[in-house]
Amino acid sequence: MKKMQGEGLSTETGHIDYAGKKMGMWFFLFTEVLFFGGMFLLYSIFRYKYAQDFHAGAAEENIVLGTINTVILLTSSLTIALSIAAIKKGKKISSSCLQLATILMGVAFLVIKYFEWDAKISLGIYPNSPVLLALEKGQILFFGLYYVMTGLHGLHVLVGVVVISFMLHFTKRETINRENYARLENTGLYWHFVDIVWIYLYPLFYLIT
Amino acid sequence: MREKYAEDHIVPTGTYTVVWLALLILLAGTIAVAKLHLLAQFSVLGSLVIASVKAGLVLAFFMHLKYEGRFLKGMLTIALSALTMLIGMTFVDVWLR
Repeated sequence: MKKMQGEGLSTETGHIDYAGKKMGMWFFLFTEVLFFGGMFLLYSIFRYKYAQDFHAGAAEENIVLGTINTVILLTSSLTIALSIAAIKKGKKISSSCLQLATILMGVAFLVIKYFEWDAKISLGIYPNSPVLLALEKGQILFFGLYYVMTGLHGLHVLVGVVVISFMLHFTKRETINRENYARLENTGLYWHFVDIVWIYLYPLFYLIT
Repeated sequence: MREKYAEDHIVPTGTYTVVWLALLILLAGTIAVAKLHLLAQFSVLGSLVIASVKAGLVLAFFMHLKYEGRFLKGMLTIALSALTMLIGMTFVDVWLR
């Protein structure tokens, strides 16, 4: 039997343990659920205690940029899902293009996030700044949570962009192919998870006022 | 030849596109709820319900959960129940303090 490239292969059967690989990824995502969950818990408690300050804080957010970023992430989830469907059909070129589109949208998300943070920082609103510390306690908490939660989410997007870039490279070298696409599929799961986190962050920071 | 696994199931492009369109419509809906004050004092709840519907669509179709076996669905249910209990019980504690 022709030896296939990739990990987790039993060379005797040529069988790739897709179920095992996928389950490993899901277990990792469960830890991520609790990772972000702790911060959502903090948000909900402080929001309850300082409803007015959170209201005032959310009014400062740029809804247009937040909405554009939401559209970008939702669309990037579509392109990565389609890239996996394409590789399963053996369409290497279209899968590569869709992965590239996902990477570009991830980068666009981060660039927009940069401008958003930059606008806030130029107003003097950043952790421990004199302007921020002069605000109400609830607003300090709101912006603290804003920076921590969108920052850690942004870090996840950055990691996703790097990982998808590797997947694009593997697709080009055909170590990800019609028969062996578990890595791309798991990358997709991660990317969708990051999308879901944003689906909750968006209303909590930009809309609920 | 390799056996056919559930993982081999290919979701049609049309399905993905419809899900994506639904997500965009829900996005417009959540903005309408928040900005036009459609649900008045329930706008927070409304926004979270819409967010959960969006998350559900991503999970079911993009993350393929609809086509997975009971084991994975069960594991996810446990994880999400743990999170709900964590947030819910802490919140109730603060609320009734």
